[in-house]
Amino acid sequence: MKIAYRSGAVISAAALTFALAACSPSNETSSESESPAADSSTSTSTDAGTETAALSGNLQGAGASSQESAMDAWRAGFQEANPDVTVGYDPVGSGGGIEQFLSGAVPFAGSDGLLEGEEYTQAQEVCGDGGAYHLPMYISPVAVIFNIEGLTSLNLDAETIAKIFDGVITSWDDPAIADQNPDAELPSETITVVHRSDSSGTSENFTDYLEQAGNGAWGYEASKEFPETSAQRVGADGTSAVVDNVTNTPNAIGYADASRAGSLGTVAIKVGEEYVPFSPEAAANIVAASPLSEEANGENDLAYAIDRTTTDSSAYPLTLVSYHIVCSSYEDEATRDLVVGFEKYVASDEGQDTAASAAGSAPLTDELQSQIDSILDGIAAGA
Amino acid sequence: MTSSTSTPEAQAPSDYGTHPGASANRVFRWLSTGAGVLILITLAAVATFLLVEAWPAFTMSSEELGETVSFIKPDQGQSLMEIIGYLIFGTLVISIIALLIATPVSIGIALFISHYAPRRLAQGLGYLIDLLAAVPSVVYGLWGVAVLVPFLTPFYQFLADYLGFIPIFAPPESGDIFTGRVAMSAGIVLAIMILPIITAVSREVFLQTPTLHEEAALAMGATRWEMIKMAVFPFGRSGMIGATMLGLGRALGETMAVLMIISPGLTFSASILQPNQHNTIAAYIALQFPEANSMGVNSLIAMGLALFVITLLVNMLARWIVSRRKDFSGAN
Repeated sequence: MKIAYRSGAVISAAALTFALAACSPSNETSSESESPAADSSTSTSTDAGTETAALSGNLQGAGASSQESAMDAWRAGFQEANPDVTVGYDPVGSGGGIEQFLSGAVPFAGSDGLLEGEEYTQAQEVCGDGGAYHLPMYISPVAVIFNIEGLTSLNLDAETIAKIFDGVITSWDDPAIADQNPDAELPSETITVVHRSDSSGTSENFTDYLEQAGNGAWGYEASKEFPETSAQRVGADGTSAVVDNVTNTPNAIGYADASRAGSLGTVAIKVGEEYVPFSPEAAANIVAASPLSEEANGENDLAYAIDRTTTDSSAYPLTLVSYHIVCSSYEDEATRDLVVGFEKYVASDEGQDTAASAAGSAPLTDELQSQIDSILDGIAAGA
Repeated sequence: MTSSTSTPEAQAPSDYGTHPGASANRVFRWLSTGAGVLILITLAAVATFLLVEAWPAFTMSSEELGETVSFIKPDQGQSLMEIIGYLIFGTLVISIIALLIATPVSIGIALFISHYAPRRLAQGLGYLIDLLAAVPSVVYGLWGVAVLVPFLTPFYQFLADYLGFIPIFAPPESGDIFTGRVAMSAGIVLAIMILPIITAVSREVFLQTPTLHEEAALAMGATRWEMIKMAVFPFGRSGMIGATMLGLGRALGETMAVLMIISPGLTFSASILQPNQHNTIAAYIALQFPEANSMGVNSLIAMGLALFVITLLVNMLARWIVSRRKDFSGAN
């Protein structure tokens, strides 16, 4: 019964979004903008984000909730620049977003994970033979946060972090921790591990980091579900709950979106020979330093296999990359223009800066920005 | 209906046809029949939806399902069926804790209101209890996490220290209750949530006790407690069971409060003071739904189907108990 309520609520929420979105501007514009909407394809200027061409209509997306606050900022910014456009985003989660995208219900999806195997094939049914592209739009470092009185920073390598979260290291004054932090006063207390209890992209990125960089100390696979380790641990539903639990539990350690770390102590993780604290720049660098996934749909599909084992100490490998998944071509020209216009804004300096201030994400590097821009220019209509 | 070839049987209602209120009468009859049918259709639609949507998850092989859905791990003893098993166990454990706490308290409150309290106090108290039912479960969840859990943790430590030898109260390995976000806390919050409904129904039942029975008991020299034991309880027994089952129904399906309070896990552990041991079906669905892919959603709906079936079974059991007791209750 609960399920019926739930999906009912999702459906009605979606319906409401549609209805509301359909209400306001389209009525005003439909009378004058039948042709301008089509004309706007002439506006594929390379000057992203600041386009002033008369885009109009309703653009609906769905997907990862990790992008939600950034997406709110993007929607507001884009709608301000294009008053005749309404952008909606339903944060149903990566899985739900991909599902809606593959069924053709939304022209773009937000996702923390990449399309896999069959989903690429399914994408060709909606998008034509070119399939779908991933665009890494939201890059956000994940912080390892802890609550030890009097300490604001710790140096740890991935292997030690893995052992702590696995319950192999159970006390803060363990030699493995003390050796890396000769100056810190570590309490002789049991470590309480706080992890996400829900399915989340943050857990997936965190466990992927431990698996790849942990020198085999992490005996589990990367997963959206935090595994049942033998650590003294507490599961919490959502980022806020994790931060709350770490804040309220002395000697706790956890992981959360870096923008939410607040005044908690954070770990500088070992990359190469140095300890790197999280920073937006370092997070953006890891994307630039990573290869494309083997499954990627050609070179225009920026689906990254993040290289967590990098030794480049300008990069912070514990980083969540959230994508916008778009079609390589759209049947309908107006949709194409809307998607391209919106995504160009998102990838622009302005778009990335708004997201950075609203959600604490890391702005894309210049190369990545121009690469995304040219990919967007190549998106066809009328396929 | 009112055709000229009406048989004598149809003649009788047609008398009403001349009555001024006849059409309103007919309209109301169809409206209420419609409402009755609507609820059946809704129930059937929900059942069909659950079956149809859960089917792909049930028919897919366990390994294949494990590859497609991130939270199903057959190699770690967590195939779909095993997860459903753990969740049914967790759901029942937490609901039973809630019932064990809520039932005696509710019946006490109901008796106080119906038989002990001065009339004016009784009214006010009854009103307050009903208000409890109007508090949204998210609020209970927030309150549970922020206030109740920290408050209870030292008490759990006490239980674990002195009664830890009983498996139910066994603490985590270290002996230290490091978090109060356990099945016990979820059960206590659920108990508070189901208290109003059990109280309200029991109170109504107790108030129905024939005054003659009560006065007869008192006349024979019974104390008030003996009167309640001899006259009120036997009369209200099936009603109390019904009330309890209504409460259980709510506890089984409660999502938000459990989701926010418990640190979930999948085991058949009886230790209700240990975190990461239990979860309920509804809370599990809410945890996994946002990031589930399409087959994941099918699997979650399969779990929803399990919850649906359990709720039906519980209600049927309650009906059966009530009907079995009917002869003795004196309610007739």
